Amino acid sequence: MKMTGAEILLEALRREGVEHIFGYAGATICPAVDVLRSASDIGYTLVRTEQNAGHMASGYARVTGKAGVCLVTSGPGATNLITGVATAYLDSIPMVAITGQVPSGLLGRDIFQEVDITGSTDAFTKHNYLVKDAADLPRVIKEAFYLATSGRPGPVLIDIPIDIQNQEVEAVFPDEVNMRGYHPSVRGNDKQLDHVAEAIGLARQPVIVAGGGVFLADARDELQLFAEAFGIPVVTTMMGLSLLPSDHPLNMGMIGSHGNLCANKALAKADLLIMIGTRVADRAIIAPEEIHRRMPSIHIDVDPAEIGKNLQPELPLVGNAKVILQQLMERDIQMDCIEWRSQLQEKRIEELHREYPWREESVTPGRLLRALGKKLQRDAAVCVDVGQNQLWSCKNLWLKDTRFLTSGGLGTMGYSLPAAVGVKVAQPERQTVVICGDGSFQMSMNELAAVSSRKLDIKILVIRNGVLGLVNQIQHTAPYHGPFGVALDGSPDFEIIASAYGIPSIVLENDALLDGALERFLETEGPCLLIANVDPACTTND
Amino acid sequence: MKKTISVLVENQAGVLNRITSLFSRRAFNIDSLAVGVTDDPTLSRITIIVDSGNSVVEQVEKQLNKMVEVIKVRTLDESTYIGRELMILKVAATMKTRADIMTICNICGAKVSDISTTSMTMELADTPDRLNTFQDMMRPFHILEVVRTGVIALQKGGGKI
Ligand SMILES: Cc1ncc(C[n+]2csc(CCOP(=O)(O)OP(=O)(O)O)c2C)c(N)n1
Ligand SMILES: [Mg+2]
Repeated sequence: MKMTGAEILLEALRREGVEHIFGYAGATICPAVDVLRSASDIGYTLVRTEQNAGHMASGYARVTGKAGVCLVTSGPGATNLITGVATAYLDSIPMVAITGQVPSGLLGRDIFQEVDITGSTDAFTKHNYLVKDAADLPRVIKEAFYLATSGRPGPVLIDIPIDIQNQEVEAVFPDEVNMRGYHPSVRGNDKQLDHVAEAIGLARQPVIVAGGGVFLADARDELQLFAEAFGIPVVTTMMGLSLLPSDHPLNMGMIGSHGNLCANKALAKADLLIMIGTRVADRAIIAPEEIHRRMPSIHIDVDPAEIGKNLQPELPLVGNAKVILQQLMERDIQMDCIEWRSQLQEKRIEELHREYPWREESVTPGRLLRALGKKLQRDAAVCVDVGQNQLWSCKNLWLKDTRFLTSGGLGTMGYSLPAAVGVKVAQPERQTVVICGDGSFQMSMNELAAVSSRKLDIKILVIRNGVLGLVNQIQHTAPYHGPFGVALDGSPDFEIIASAYGIPSIVLENDALLDGALERFLETEGPCLLIANVDPACTTND
Repeated sequence: MKKTISVLVENQAGVLNRITSLFSRRAFNIDSLAVGVTDDPTLSRITIIVDSGNSVVEQVEKQLNKMVEVIKVRTLDESTYIGRELMILKVAATMKTRADIMTICNICGAKVSDISTTSMTMELADTPDRLNTFQDMMRPFHILEVVRTGVIALQKGGGKI
């Protein structure tokens, strides 16, 4: 059947099971947008800047496991999207980004709204396509979704010139992808699994380091079963937060420069490291050489290039985390580390129940986040921004089966609110909470429009300290000479901002009012903004 | 240490660009890179010479393997491959020096491909080492221009990558 490129796009998206698109139209994407008009089965959210289409698609993808889809116009639309795509890339989030492009015959002439977006995004897409014939579209779209969601997931960008969207061709939709250069590993090598099982059996002080890859492989349950079967303590990276509930007896917290003491102690004193779905990034494992010197390690990852990139493990094991954990569970491993475990547990409990100072004039961030976490529904989704607000959340937010979503790899301010929109669009019934700073909120508060227009029940906590807190904290530390360019002077009254979007708000002034304010905040019907006043002198340890 | 990596890739626009940008953003140093189509017109072979330690070479291989358009990557075994590079070299030549230049060309196996009253241009396909020697020998005559292709290589014997 003859179809236009735009019609093929719509049909191919349907075949991939796409139910929602986050987008922003412009001239060169108009043919595609025009066919979406008639597609009542595919939802559409208009963002307020393209970066947030990327973040929304990311939030959507992270809770559904499906690729998030965004659609923007060429030139400035595409360049605005870049931060969203790069953010997804660094956290291996499945995403398909579709960009309009100037007519293919005019490519390379710098005509109005032309940028080389495939060239620009080579470094932070898993793959990208510039489509020059509409007949290629069915294959390209099928491949794009397969690439985005299989192996190590990531964003894939498809650039479609406007004439290709209008081109009429005979469309043939393939049932399968066939890429001779792409064959991700799934199962772990059996021999290597024997060695791994043996090493685990010999360990007395093992620790599992679990990262975001465990979520990506949908292996949260397998991780818990595996850890419980052998009683192995678990620490996580920031991307692995919420893999286990905060008070799970094997959860020792988050490692790294901003991590928990107990988790870092476990990492330092272990006699075997079992890394699963983590790329040994610098913020999580600060001194890989030192770790390497002290203890042997097992590294399980679906991406062979991550193994040995930052730390050379004794036992590399390539494959899907879920499958490998199942394979490991089938082995007969005898191991006992009860002494080690109880040492750590003591420390952990101390940390979990630490006392916070009492503040009359402002809110203590740690106290606020612990209390908030405890009041959330079991399976809430919490979208956390970047800065002190994020590090306070990592350390103190009490997680149950909560899903903790943040921009770990790129640390993109402004991520939390649009990510929450993506979560809520995918799962309207799920309690969804945003935690952000007053700086990061101002990077994406224009997306309150999406909250308001779709009447999304998202609870937004803005931690207002009047500064770019984390930078302020760094500037107070040698070799720097004091704060500069971090005071958020001229910030608007967030209550008025919220009400301008028809969203109610609550201001929380001090610790004494905390419980009541949190209850009102969470019980408000529909969206609500909670503005917590925090002393700018607070550091990430508060 | 120098390593020779042979890469089979889809013969498509943009692939070479992706590979070179991968090298620069991952801070891999390459000595040379040569590319050409194979007997299968949908495939190109790229030969890359990397001057780095083993762990870097391993990363290079793995990162190349991750690229969708890369079909096979193999680090060639030093002792069992044929590596050749083509050089074209133009040197100042007068009636007085021409004979000496010819002697060196004969010794090194270079072929004279152009001659003028003031210059001679030679071509030589050989290992990079021998090209270096030839170039050194020509230097006293005053080299005007040199161009080299970078090494291309294949494994010896009946196997293929
Ligand atoms: C897009 C972007 N720009 C700059 C930074 C650098 N940065 C990291 S944290 C931070 C301060 C964040 O301020 P705020 O949102 O108020 O959070 P707080 O630290 O005060 O909790 C900045 C500027 C960043 N991570 N992302
Ligand atoms: Mg702030």
